[in-house]
Amino acid sequence: MRIFDPHIHMSSRTTDDYRRMAAAGVRAVVEPAFWQGQPRTNPGSFTDYFDALIGWEPFRASQYGIRHHATIALNPKEAGDPRCRPVLGLLPRYLAKDGVVAVGEIGYDSMTADEDTAFAAQLALAVEHRLPALVHTPHRDKARGTRRSLDVVAESGIPPGMVLIDHLNELTVGLVRESGCWAGFSIYPETKMSPPRMVAILREHGLDRMLVNSAADWGVSDPLLTRVTADAMLDAGFSPDDVDRVMWRNPVEFYGQSGRLDLSEIAEVSPTFAGSSILRGGS
Amino acid sequence: MDAGLPAVPDGTGSPGVDQTEAQLLPDVPDAGWLAEARARVAERPETVGRYFAAAGRQVGRAPLADAPGWHADEAARALLLAALPPGRRAEEAGELYGHGDAGEKRAVLKALPMLGIGAAAVPLLLDAIRTNDTRLVAAALGPCARHLDQPAWRQGVLKCVFMGVRLALVHDLAERADAELATMLGALADERAAAGRTMPDDAITLLRSLTREV
Ligand SMILES: [Zn+2]
Repeated sequence: MRIFDPHIHMSSRTTDDYRRMAAAGVRAVVEPAFWQGQPRTNPGSFTDYFDALIGWEPFRASQYGIRHHATIALNPKEAGDPRCRPVLGLLPRYLAKDGVVAVGEIGYDSMTADEDTAFAAQLALAVEHRLPALVHTPHRDKARGTRRSLDVVAESGIPPGMVLIDHLNELTVGLVRESGCWAGFSIYPETKMSPPRMVAILREHGLDRMLVNSAADWGVSDPLLTRVTADAMLDAGFSPDDVDRVMWRNPVEFYGQSGRLDLSEIAEVSPTFAGSSILRGGS
Repeated sequence: MDAGLPAVPDGTGSPGVDQTEAQLLPDVPDAGWLAEARARVAERPETVGRYFAAAGRQVGRAPLADAPGWHADEAARALLLAALPPGRRAEEAGELYGHGDAGEKRAVLKALPMLGIGAAAVPLLLDAIRTNDTRLVAAALGPCARHLDQPAWRQGVLKCVFMGVRLALVHDLAERADAELATMLGALADERAAAGRTMPDDAITLLRSLTREV
């Protein structure tokens, strides 16, 4: 089984997680830029973080045969902080990089006017750089936040097929599917979505434009829940090809729209790969 | 690094070979794009960042048949830097390295010998040796390492041994290795032996050759 986790914050995880993920079948990840629990107080904090997402983190992943790409943005939780907003001017430099496959995470946290401005400005950047956009939906007031996010996306002129609306649940999935945007689900041990609920949603809504991620970060989360969900799909009667579609081909199709997804180094690896070295030029 | 880690990527299958602009140029695919970008960069140096970031997408990343240890993206980036007016090279190399992803940083390091910027290369080399990315450490000890003084160079070599980077990638190793490096390697070998761990074979070979000469 090959798994592509389309949303995971590896900077907050240990190298041992990479080892366990590789053994479970994870061979590619996308790490969206987000906040780190402790508020940043200046643009330099962001650039050091972005530099890690396109430098150290892909290297760490490569040691376990995992391909790492990133999405770059000023995240919704810090978009309202005047000390952070100048980072918007630094984003184009990062959006030109090979390993950056989308603008994200953008969207709403508390649905303020400042968040509106940053959201719209960054959707415009996605259009300008011809990149997909990853939209985070708020934890509080999720249904209204999702509806408003879809309105802002529609106003921006970005094609809906270039947009992933993430952290959805039973109450928000319908809206997003009607819009033509991609639907993302974060499988969490306690909050958000569980593997059995995810399987039920896939049964009801089909596999088209559906993405499943662990969104693992510094909170209570588990980078192996993509694999647990894949197994739950098989147990529920989905075929191995259905699992491959949701867990691999769908994320490849979505992020592949950037023209920058490079999976060449893992292309020849057999699906049973479980952690041995496949590294270019390794001695 | 701890035993059990996968093999160490150094980003190249063979030792870093000193290449000149004229040697690399005919090897890079999409010659038309590269020629146009180089002309533009020579005229308007401030545009180099845009071409530099996009180079890999444009020319690909395949190994070059006639330039051992070089890939197409690295060669294109090195040639973009070499197209800058000589007075702008040090500044732009510093900027592109500082704002670069790992691939861009590595390309700047490999380009340094053909830029003729002398001591201005040293801060970049020291930064690369300070990282934990074996591909950057290996690149910093390629031909560009001639700008490093002997103490910094020895630390770089020792770091290669620590990280498992092949010593065959260290440029001029036989010529520069000295008694002080032998002392440092000997101390590391003793420390490893006390912990029941071994040294890489190439480090043992180097240590033997140095202590035989002393
Ligand atoms: Zn996230």
